[in-house]
Amino acid sequence: MTIAAAAAGQRAPARTIPGTPIFDGDAAQRGYPLNAMCFSFNSESNRMAFRADEAGYMDRFGLSEDQRRAVRSRDVPGLIAAGGNVYYLAKLAGIFGLNVQDLGALQTGMSVEEFRAVLLSHAVTDRRVAA
Amino acid sequence: MSDIVGGIFTSHVPGIGLAIARGQQQDPYWKPFFDGFAPIHRWLAQTRPDVAVVFYNDHGLNFFLDQMPTFAIGAAADYQHEDEGWGLSGFKPFTGAPDLSWHIIETVVEQEFDPVTCQSMLLDHAVAVPFELCWPDTDAWPVKVVPISLNTVQHPLPSPRRALELGRAVGRAIESWTGPERVVVMGTGGLSHQLDGERAGHINVDYDKFCLRNLAPDPEAMLQHDTLDIVELAGSQGVEILNWLAARGAMRGSVRELASNYHVPISNTAAATVLLENSAMVRA
Repeated sequence: MTIAAAAAGQRAPARTIPGTPIFDGDAAQRGYPLNAMCFSFNSESNRMAFRADEAGYMDRFGLSEDQRRAVRSRDVPGLIAAGGNVYYLAKLAGIFGLNVQDLGALQTGMSVEEFRAVLLSHAVTDRRVAA
Repeated sequence: MSDIVGGIFTSHVPGIGLAIARGQQQDPYWKPFFDGFAPIHRWLAQTRPDVAVVFYNDHGLNFFLDQMPTFAIGAAADYQHEDEGWGLSGFKPFTGAPDLSWHIIETVVEQEFDPVTCQSMLLDHAVAVPFELCWPDTDAWPVKVVPISLNTVQHPLPSPRRALELGRAVGRAIESWTGPERVVVMGTGGLSHQLDGERAGHINVDYDKFCLRNLAPDPEAMLQHDTLDIVELAGSQGVEILNWLAARGAMRGSVRELASNYHVPISNTAAATVLLENSAMVRA
């Protein structure tokens, strides 16, 4: 961003990388309630409280309607679009019984088997040990 | 003068911790990754470092978005791992080296770095998994730890040059420490992987091999890409290579690769393990 643009209170347009959410200040602000809820899931008792009453638990953290809808429908792209960061969302995904291959499949529109096959398409082992 | 005897660089995928807990090291899926640690186990048995200075990123165990430090240095007498939310637990506690931590803090601030200091800090799988890989089957870790966390979560992230320079500042601090400790530095995370977005599953073997080729002889080559270039090349979590750059920066002597193992895939990740030797600088 130029200094002139900054002086005028404008931020440079963010660089975009196709298919790749950049968790920046905008996303961090938008996603704060959702990520705060996910952070609370480090505690087993909080995970149990969420399971017992999802809507009530979301109320405690003040999730936006978009965030609530995405949680209710287990909509992973929606959770990301609503500012969720994958490191925190992983804790919510664990409650839903989803691992990172499941998350990958849900975001790419593939089956889990297809997603695993894509990972395996890069398969290589390359080892060096000095004499 | 404290010696930095070498550097260990490894992926820290949580699933590795689960595989260890389940005893799956010899399973066909896992064996090519775990076998990469045999040279490291031999080297650690010979060199017996006393302290590990670990450059890593927290994944939402210790730090949340309420207060997100770009760099944080632990200065606790001890550290714990705790539940990260998906049942991975049971990692052994860590013994700190607070005197060395404070020396590093003081010395890097003199060099115009401004880290957050943490006298209480939880360490997540990004420290615990590499420790389990390096020192399996031990009742207690045979090294003390100085954890140094880099923000690889919330942009703006530190630049690759800043990460390398942080490591260099930490290296100078360790070299000026008057204690007898032998130090191993560690950089954890990577290599290419992306968990989020439509590009989830992204792996870039060419970029990873570029990093592995240059890590020992010419880490400056990795500064030709800025942080977002690295996100594009290595994936949004592949940017954890910043931790590797910092650890490499701490090695200021004559650096030689002793072992390197690259294996794709482990979970969603291009996994890598590298052992570098750091021969002491010859001082005037």
